[in-house]
Amino acid sequence: MVDGPRAGGPGGGPGTLEPTPGGERDWLRFRDDSAPDEPAVSLDAFLDQSNAGSVRIEAGDDVRLLGPHLERLRLVEIDFPKFRDGRGFSSARILREMGYDGEIKATGEVLVDLIYFMRRCGFDSFAPNVPLDRADVESVLNRYPHVYQHAADAAVPIWQLRHG
Amino acid sequence: MYKYDQYDQAMVDARVADFRDQTRRRLEGKMTDDQFKPLRLKNGLYLQLHAYMLRVAIPYGTLDSRQMRKLAYIARTYDRGYGHFTTRQNIQYNWIKLEDAPDILADLATVEMHAIQTSGESIRNISADQYAGATADEIIDPRPWAEMIRQMTTFMPEFSYLPRKFKIAVIAAEADRAALRWHDCALRIVQNEAGEIGFQVFAGGGMGRTPFIAYKIREFLPTNQILSYLQAILRVWNRNARRDNIHKQRMKILVHELGEDEFRRQVEEEFEHFLARGEDFPQAEYDRIAAYFAPPPFETGLSEEIDRSDPDFALWVDQQVAAHKAPGYAIVNISLKPVGQIPGDISAEQMELVADLAERYSFDELRATHAQNLVLPHVRKQDLHAVWSALHEAGLGEANLDLVTDIIACPGLDYCTLANARSIPVAQKIAERFADADRQKDLGELKIKISGCINACGHHHAGHIGILGVDRKGTENYQLLLGGSGDEETSQAKITGPGFDEAGIVDAVERAVERYREIREPGERFLDTYRRVGMDGFKEAIYG
Repeated sequence: MVDGPRAGGPGGGPGTLEPTPGGERDWLRFRDDSAPDEPAVSLDAFLDQSNAGSVRIEAGDDVRLLGPHLERLRLVEIDFPKFRDGRGFSSARILREMGYDGEIKATGEVLVDLIYFMRRCGFDSFAPNVPLDRADVESVLNRYPHVYQHAADAAVPIWQLRHG
Repeated sequence: MYKYDQYDQAMVDARVADFRDQTRRRLEGKMTDDQFKPLRLKNGLYLQLHAYMLRVAIPYGTLDSRQMRKLAYIARTYDRGYGHFTTRQNIQYNWIKLEDAPDILADLATVEMHAIQTSGESIRNISADQYAGATADEIIDPRPWAEMIRQMTTFMPEFSYLPRKFKIAVIAAEADRAALRWHDCALRIVQNEAGEIGFQVFAGGGMGRTPFIAYKIREFLPTNQILSYLQAILRVWNRNARRDNIHKQRMKILVHELGEDEFRRQVEEEFEHFLARGEDFPQAEYDRIAAYFAPPPFETGLSEEIDRSDPDFALWVDQQVAAHKAPGYAIVNISLKPVGQIPGDISAEQMELVADLAERYSFDELRATHAQNLVLPHVRKQDLHAVWSALHEAGLGEANLDLVTDIIACPGLDYCTLANARSIPVAQKIAERFADADRQKDLGELKIKISGCINACGHHHAGHIGILGVDRKGTENYQLLLGGSGDEETSQAKITGPGFDEAGIVDAVERAVERYREIREPGERFLDTYRRVGMDGFKEAIYG
């Protein structure tokens, strides 16, 4: 079987589902580094405060405003006020396209069936407002053997596999 | 026709397992119905008035006999022995049990079919010209690009939750048989002065409660940049659309609110960005897919003669048969609009017959049309009589293509939870009123399209005569519209005035049609007459 998008990902991390010490939801964090502990501030506050390292992106915020400040960023939380609001998928992918390799955490209404697509867009940690079933997450992340297109992960699209 | 390789098959098989797991979690109560709803919708499963409805994708309307036989099997095994072809060149089943849905998807996967993204807030089945690869008036077969777009838009991570549905159509002919500019994104393949092939791109079309005809946003896009361009459109929309009112989230609203020029500017900016990332498909992938759409081995030296001695056959030939690019061949349209029947419905037995005919007479190819009919794209003229005889025998020999009884109708209040009024009985009554073959022939091309609510699944905005069912203080009421078109001269139909009850709308249609007969000039279709005289020329005849 060809490695799917579950392997690795932007910002490093083994992409395994093994728990890491430090909290019950750590199995939803797909990174090797330690989690930033400073609270995330709003985008406006972040742009105003030159020392902030964590920012919270609401669904309508423009992440491209973070472009000049990627150096000091360690954590971007992207909120999903409801699962049907898909703006956060673009926000995460744009951050990765800009070269950001720190943590991107999905918060809010994060449903198990969305996690696979979120991983592909560059999210590497998840703080859902309702707990997820670990077996379900594992099964969803391993469901698709291939991908049809590039995203923010390292997965190789089918058309590339076809032509070597 | 395209064939899955091991990758395509693995993806569809994985989707079956995925949906089976989602259904299990729902049935075990691990998900609320609210949470399950968008998941099942993205797999074509609607909860309707009486049962679940499953919509199966027929990419760009092309299928073979093996697939058609499987559709018949599904109709017989899991439904009530019939299926319904839709205005997106798909087929839907109206009497499905939730617990059967995973098995149906597994059956479909055995013949390279699926229900992926046939509903919900997703990129829907790509539609195309039903005469693709057969008609003389196209530059090139558009289906290889439709297939490329199908693949790249399958499970697109960034667009997992679009603001609303997104519909794409692709054609390569001057004549528009796909209602191109009624799509969110419409691609017409054109040739530039240097002889290169590219896409003319239209965006922001759509029917529904706020109809818009798509704007041309690009005169010429090199074909190998289509992935970047589509992603740019989708990203601009995904990021900027409203999310607070489901009725204002289609892309047409954003294009309208930003204005055509500002929308284009944003798309072009994002396009440059994607282009620089170098993620477009290589020529080799186009070549690989295009090879599947190579013309079938047409015979040469065939006779052009058609024996017209049987008058019923001759009538059918005149109405249902279109010119083919290969000498000695013809395109056969199969009417799914027998007078008195439900538009687009077909029984399992009829599906099997059509599959047999495709296999025997049409290089194993079939097409579904957005007007809810079927097509045998490559039939030898010498076989037309045999094909007609078999169709006639099976109740599929109606000769009414594009005539007054070839009505598009949504399922309406007989099936649909969204509907305000029934569409099917109105279609049946109008067809019965105009059933006389000579009268139909005399009236000529006349496209009636009926929707049972403002969502406009029955394309009433694009009808030469459109009918919209509404709820008026608890009773079904029908508005009459005139002057719409989905062809290359796209136009939006206008409401005539106050609505009618069910019997009244049939009479009103007849008065409009009779008015046309009185005032038409030689050679004018209903639509031409309407365009010449305007609403005023009809209003008095309709309302007296």
